[in-house]
Amino acid sequence: MPKITYIDIQGEKHECDVAVGVSVMEGAIQNGIDGILAICGGSCACSTCHSYIDEDWMDKVGAPDDIEDSTLELALERKPGSRLTCQIEVTDALDGLVVHVAQNDG
Amino acid sequence: MSAPFVVVGAGQAGMQVCDTLRKSGYEGDLILFGDESGLPYQRPPLSKAYLGGELDASRLLFRPADYFAKHNIDIRTAQAVVAIDRSTSTITLDNGDSLAYDKLALTTGTRVRQLNCPGSDLDDIYYVRSLDDSNQLAARLESAASVTIIGGGFIGLEVASQARKLGKQVTVIEAQSRLMERAVSETVSAFYLQLHQRNEVDVRLGTGVKAIERDDGGSLCIRLSDGGEVISDLVVAGIGVVTNSEIAEAAGLECDNGIVVDEFACTSDPAIVSAGDCTMHFNGFLQQRIRLESVQNAVDQAKTAAQSMLGQRTPYVQVPWFWSDQYDVKLQMAGITSDHDEHVVRGDTAAGTFSIFYFRDGKLLGADSVNSPADHMACRRLLSGGKELDPRSAADTTINLMQLAKG
Repeated sequence: MPKITYIDIQGEKHECDVAVGVSVMEGAIQNGIDGILAICGGSCACSTCHSYIDEDWMDKVGAPDDIEDSTLELALERKPGSRLTCQIEVTDALDGLVVHVAQNDG
Repeated sequence: MSAPFVVVGAGQAGMQVCDTLRKSGYEGDLILFGDESGLPYQRPPLSKAYLGGELDASRLLFRPADYFAKHNIDIRTAQAVVAIDRSTSTITLDNGDSLAYDKLALTTGTRVRQLNCPGSDLDDIYYVRSLDDSNQLAARLESAASVTIIGGGFIGLEVASQARKLGKQVTVIEAQSRLMERAVSETVSAFYLQLHQRNEVDVRLGTGVKAIERDDGGSLCIRLSDGGEVISDLVVAGIGVVTNSEIAEAAGLECDNGIVVDEFACTSDPAIVSAGDCTMHFNGFLQQRIRLESVQNAVDQAKTAAQSMLGQRTPYVQVPWFWSDQYDVKLQMAGITSDHDEHVVRGDTAAGTFSIFYFRDGKLLGADSVNSPADHMACRRLLSGGKELDPRSAADTTINLMQLAKG
């Protein structure tokens, strides 16, 4: 299983095994990562799974599509690496991915 | 030691109350009652991707099993609360046990409205509310060739869309003259009528169901009030919900089409809060009393309810929003728009990417967006930021609404 490192808003690192085919958001929920709320359940409707993709991984993960790009406008603080983790499907190519959880509760 | 905080109802609102209590530093005992057997799960996908077999049930769970122990939440599944005694601050469970509470949160949600025409007790009539409902319907759909959906609201139309994806012959019967009549404007209804017709759904508007009979071939015959009839293997009814407010009412709490709460999610008893679909609540943004069936309302109101349990008063003032997935079309709604006196179209209705912006006395009420998430998000930001938008600008696609919202 690919390993994904979630760095929560307290700066704590969580290295998690996440199954191929689920989203990076679901991986966070399954592993109890604080700060990924995902209240719409992954429908790209709420932006509460917002995270920053680590700089080294931004090319590999890619840019948001138009729907996600619009939804990201609801995020509290958008940065170049901003993505909604519900829209990133875990693949073997993402083994080692590092994401920084954004402030989603406020 | 003081009695625990007790949450009755393990849906989206109940789950959120527990989550917010723990995140806010509440360290006392916390018990969450759910009347279904499994762990708390999300309902929206039950009529969408889950029904179509695109998701595994484990992916519906709000939280993994170990979350509850980790956060010291005593979750009691398959256990219903049947009565509240406010004079002793105790609840009674369906097994006869009683339990004291310090603070009580009622997040009991709703149940489906049942058909009551002759034949409504026949087999092969389904509803979609619980995971169990959705599982049973999905299993029955496998061997069915045709399905009739009674009710052209969100649930009915989402089921219609999934059934078409599965290749079933689908008929939708709606008593009103247009689809989703309660929630959207005529332009949006007309677009969705065409969308379903283009996907070969037989939509019958303005007619009710008189009776359902079992015909000689074993199929169901749905007799319509306009004299017509439809034959199909099964029926799915999506004709609205009824609030689960009986225990509140029996306990003497004020109820009126739901449990009445103020903008702090407090009932008429200061020790009891309520949140989610079951509440007739005051929303500070709308400045009106309303009952809403939505994830947004469940989550945002539950946060307010949890704060109130802790003695912190944070009013519920969030902008309502909602979404529905049908075929490859995303409908997103912001605000409450039923009282509008003016509306404008932004975008291209023929191309299927447009929004309708609604106004009253020139003031923006909200928007329905069809495959136009940027409009939806801009509208939510405009509303929550208290920004003005005039109808002419709303209709002008050369104006960037998000920039206006941020400016």
